[in-house]
Amino acid sequence: MLTKFFFMLREGGMKPSITELLTLLEAMKQGVAGYSVDDFYYLSRSCLVKDESKFDRFDQIFAAHFQGIEEAFNALVGEVPDDWLRKQAELLLTDEERQQIEAMGGFDALMEALRERLEEQEGRHEGGNRWIGTAGTSPFGAYGYNPEGVRIGQQGSRHRRATKVWDRREYRNLDDSVELGTRNIKIALRKLRKFAREGAADQLDLEDTIDKTARNAGLLDIRMVPERHNAVKVLLCLDIGGSMDDHVRICEELFSATRTEFKHLEYFYFHNFVYESLWKDNRRRHAERIPTAEITHKYGPDYKLIFVGDATMSPYEIVYAGGSVEHWNEEPGAVWIKRLLSAYPKAIWLNPEPELRWDYTPSVKITRELMDDRMFPLTLSGLDDGIKSLH
Amino acid sequence: MTDKKFTGTSSYVATDDLMMAVNAAVTLERPILIKGEPGTGKTQLALEVARALGRPLHEWHIKSTTKAQQGLYDYDAVARLRDSQLGDDRVHDIANYIVKGKVWEAFVSDEQPVLLIDEIDKADIEFPNDLLQELDRMEFFVYETKELVKAAHRPIVIITSNNEKELPDAFLRRCFFHYIKFPDKETMERIIDVHYPKLKKSLLKEALEAFYQVRDVPGLKKKPSTSELLDWIKLLVAEDIPVEALRAEDSRNAIPPLYGALLKNEQDVHLFEQLVFLDRRTNTR
Repeated sequence: MLTKFFFMLREGGMKPSITELLTLLEAMKQGVAGYSVDDFYYLSRSCLVKDESKFDRFDQIFAAHFQGIEEAFNALVGEVPDDWLRKQAELLLTDEERQQIEAMGGFDALMEALRERLEEQEGRHEGGNRWIGTAGTSPFGAYGYNPEGVRIGQQGSRHRRATKVWDRREYRNLDDSVELGTRNIKIALRKLRKFAREGAADQLDLEDTIDKTARNAGLLDIRMVPERHNAVKVLLCLDIGGSMDDHVRICEELFSATRTEFKHLEYFYFHNFVYESLWKDNRRRHAERIPTAEITHKYGPDYKLIFVGDATMSPYEIVYAGGSVEHWNEEPGAVWIKRLLSAYPKAIWLNPEPELRWDYTPSVKITRELMDDRMFPLTLSGLDDGIKSLH
Repeated sequence: MTDKKFTGTSSYVATDDLMMAVNAAVTLERPILIKGEPGTGKTQLALEVARALGRPLHEWHIKSTTKAQQGLYDYDAVARLRDSQLGDDRVHDIANYIVKGKVWEAFVSDEQPVLLIDEIDKADIEFPNDLLQELDRMEFFVYETKELVKAAHRPIVIITSNNEKELPDAFLRRCFFHYIKFPDKETMERIIDVHYPKLKKSLLKEALEAFYQVRDVPGLKKKPSTSELLDWIKLLVAEDIPVEALRAEDSRNAIPPLYGALLKNEQDVHLFEQLVFLDRRTNTR
């Protein structure tokens, strides 16, 4: 009888199961809900929705179904956010197309050409492949695609590789209170557990007790051992802002899961690539930076190092001094990552970008080589493989 | 089966949706999962349900080290070992060393009991999964004595969670669910009325006003909840604070008296004081 409502809930993105529907029907048969719509509403919500954040959605679908306003339901499902549409338009470029768009000139040539063209050009420009404007393939301007492009006047980064970011963006700390979907990640992370006995002896060591009792001519000699704890030590370095905006959600999930799984977890943020300093608080990232050398000094080689980042940027940001988009770096990022890797032999790089795209982005290739091929996709299976290589 | 319906008690105000969820769980004899902000009366609910329906209550408080097995039974190997040393006759019957857990106690209760599993999210991530069978079929097997323990009367299981960990789907599917949302002003007045029936109307009004203002301060780490409000009012009454002291219009005394009962966190107190200070400055200008 309620099948239509049930399927409407499922179409609306909720996931009630058959057992839950049967529970609801049984409750109605037993007369729990009486004969008022309000009662039925409370009962069905209690049976079918197990997450308070879905209550609002349930309310809307319930209203749509029981007041016969089917249009309202369509409007609800059909309401596609603008942001999403815009992102879809971006994805229309195929990988081949991306590949076809060749980078032009070197770093210096690029900057020089930009200066010249800025002088040449006056007025707004859109499309095309030469002038500075939006949505074109010229190396200059925003919302377009050229792998070595320079981004000018664009809110929030779109394609990953502008060599200088001229918009000042605000970032936010990864929210470690996000718990949604972290369960799977936690289970994957469990494989990284290494148990060691530390602390107060509060558990009976049965084997040792038997052994000691036997040696003690049968007089009971109880032996205790400390409980086992997860003793694995992890350094987590997270790329934040810029091209990582797309992946914030999955990174938050990973971060939230690692926070509760490991007792010894230190996390640091970086932007695009690691240089001479990292930071812990993103709001005060310019004021409170921690020298990378200090980190390698403070945390011993028994720490396992996990980078999380899309490694998608202009190659200059890795191999050239002064290539960083945010500051002048005396030594190139490649040098710094080599130092980190020699300090922490057990290291992996987790990349939230799909593995298929890696080959089309030169900076990913470079990073992968620097990491000795220890780059894994940020998926459950990738996490599994990565953790295996950490052992 | 019970014919009684839960409609709240003289000391507990239940909203319509809460009553419905509880009654559905009682009628169908399935567990009910209660979530909500800390201090909105999740644990209290179990006590009140037991009282209202006249049932015995078994409480199982979960800690981070609690294992599902501990709720069923414990095998006291050390005691048995010791008894064997002393030549006690009890040693030959293993059943003497099986210590019943809270779930077992509830299962063998003479009448249908209420079983509270408090703060299930505190335990290990696998904890809920380990209890699936026990809560579904209301039975479990004791390996040491080869005995099947089956509930004589399916208990009313009330489970609370603070949402620290996500619970597995398989577990959620077997429960009714209720989220205790923070009460609005009218419900709150009823709640306070239940606890402090003789409270002066004017004091109540001002206290609520001040309380919701504090709750609206953005960026608080822990918003004060019902239980904090009740404590605070108790203090106000005990200290005999005059109504005038609560008036927010008096900007010189904008910090409500005894606010330590509402804000439990040093940073929150600090933030609050700063905001009040700022407010005062803009007002005097």
